[in-house]
Amino acid sequence: MKDSFLLAEVIQTPERLSGLRLSDWNLLIRQARYTGLLGKLYQLTLGLDISSDILEKIIPHLLSTQIIVNKQRDGLHCELVKLPPIFEDINIPLILLKGGAYYALGLPFSASRMLSDIDLLVPKQALPRVEAALAVQGWQSQSKDAYDEHYYREWMHEIPPLVHRKRKSVLDVHHTILPPTTKYNPDPEKIMAAAREVSPGIWTLCPEDLVIHSATHLFHDGELEHGLRDLVDIHELLQYFAENEAGFWARLVPRAIELDLLLPLYYGLHYAQAILNTAIPESVMQHVTQGAPNKMMRPLMDWLFLRALRSAHSSCDLFGSGFARWILYVRSHYLRMPLTLLIPHLLRKAWKRRFKDKAEAPNEFLGGAPTDREPLV
Amino acid sequence: MPPVTSLDAAYIKSSLSHAGLFLSVGPVVYQIKSNLPIVAEGLAKLYSDYPLPTTQEFSDHLIAINRQGILRNIVGSRVNFSYDHTHPFDGMTLGQAYAFLEWGMNWCISVHHNEYLKIHAAVLAKNGKAIVMPGEPGAGKSTLSAALMLKGWRLLSDEHALIKLDEPKVVPLCRPVSLKNESIEIIQSFDNSAVFGPASLDTHKGRVAHLKADIHPDSHDANAIKVTRLIFPRFVPNAKTNLSPKTRAESFMRAAEQSFNYSTLGQQGFFSMKGLVSACECSEFIYSDLDSAVALFEQLDMVTA
Repeated sequence: MKDSFLLAEVIQTPERLSGLRLSDWNLLIRQARYTGLLGKLYQLTLGLDISSDILEKIIPHLLSTQIIVNKQRDGLHCELVKLPPIFEDINIPLILLKGGAYYALGLPFSASRMLSDIDLLVPKQALPRVEAALAVQGWQSQSKDAYDEHYYREWMHEIPPLVHRKRKSVLDVHHTILPPTTKYNPDPEKIMAAAREVSPGIWTLCPEDLVIHSATHLFHDGELEHGLRDLVDIHELLQYFAENEAGFWARLVPRAIELDLLLPLYYGLHYAQAILNTAIPESVMQHVTQGAPNKMMRPLMDWLFLRALRSAHSSCDLFGSGFARWILYVRSHYLRMPLTLLIPHLLRKAWKRRFKDKAEAPNEFLGGAPTDREPLV
Repeated sequence: MPPVTSLDAAYIKSSLSHAGLFLSVGPVVYQIKSNLPIVAEGLAKLYSDYPLPTTQEFSDHLIAINRQGILRNIVGSRVNFSYDHTHPFDGMTLGQAYAFLEWGMNWCISVHHNEYLKIHAAVLAKNGKAIVMPGEPGAGKSTLSAALMLKGWRLLSDEHALIKLDEPKVVPLCRPVSLKNESIEIIQSFDNSAVFGPASLDTHKGRVAHLKADIHPDSHDANAIKVTRLIFPRFVPNAKTNLSPKTRAESFMRAAEQSFNYSTLGQQGFFSMKGLVSACECSEFIYSDLDSAVALFEQLDMVTA
């Protein structure tokens, strides 16, 4: 059972990679691909002594992924040249969240981290100006229909994704970090006020808020397939800021209390420690545990999250993993919306799915001309 | 169990329904699982001469093709393709299962393997020199390469030219040639010894059958081969067979259009493509009659080019 959770083990102790057999790598590459951590695995192998027989088999997979990561990073870099003047013109700071922020801050782990969209945070009242300024520069809304538009505008913390007409980059513009329908109400103004300018015209959340946001995202989002990757983000952020940001640990828990996000921070720290053995000072753990669910709930939540956060890959599944992910998916919706909104929304989604057109297989698969976009790993 | 010396039908059938059949194709090892007789039958016809894998501890692509649903081992008229426990596509009907498998095997290459510059192309070799023939579906590259292969050329690939990033060489990836509709009969009458796998009717491409392709003595040699020609084939009904020079600039753009990962590779993609195009004599090839097309290829200078 322990062996099947190889990926988390090698993230904790990369030296273990030197002693793995080819059959272990067979499993590890698959686990890493499915959690979006193949790039991380590549970074971990650098400088380690691995036999040439094994390298010959694994290098193509690791290299192929790193090429995609490099391409994504180049794309992000290009957008980070083009976006600041747009935001300067309308006098709104360009605040990056998640992967974009990790890259802008030059965090070492961002060199191997997969990126999908570029996430931004802007004041809600500035949305019309931001959208107009972006539209002029070729950023087009991807909302599918009137209901989709309504869903985002009324109930979500972000607007429908914007895609650049030519470059096909995707922007997720947020006006707060959680849907307004959740019971927690972090004040986006406080978060924006603490943002830091990391290079001219480019801002990121402050270190504590980056961690809190990452934890909030993971524990309120139903999509736990990439849960381990998000947990690795938390692990890496904690390690980095513990070393490089004076006073980080002392500020972290009080900041979560101030933002009304102590529970997600508790989950983030607790599961990073439980699964990745992240070094967290005992005093910080004690303090954050004040925000833990009550003692009756804790074993239940542990049972669910410890299952769901293992890689979604079936080799890592324990008894009940699928059920745990489903419960947590339902939970994430419940946290996001009151039932009076949620039930009609889920019914509507189910109805639409029932009658949607068949998912189209990618062009290459059908033998069409190749599409040189959105590579998979 | 006695040691296995070749991929015979019984071995293929039992591997498919247990740990999976390990198929070594050029640089890639597929691990295929299936309970469908048509899949076992097709693989036994088309892959029986493939080399035995050197190890069963590692595969690059784990795929399965089986019936959908709870009673999937017994009944059901639709089949699912899975890639390492995920389902990237909608299912297809049982009669299309074999074509579905081959396309799925192509897809594995199309979306992974950025360690090569990948071009949608047929690749043939003679005297240790390779011709890369990029072309969109319907350009007639499969029919042409099937005919050349049956005339003694070595087929390196029907679908993907895997170009090394650091030198203008192609890595062989020899798999069956996919033929559609009337091309099937054209090739059958071109050479009646041609070996075909199960036909799949009514696919989105019409009728499809695969042709056994590893019939050259060096078919399974894994070494990369120098590319010396880039030919863009085009089937034009009633046209006269004609090979005409094409500029390197235009050939570069056409090959990039037919690449799966030219832009993903960024600067490296540009330099690899430049290296390839510079090393090649580039031409446009128009044909309608297969015999005269083959005759023209036979006259190509494949020694000094």
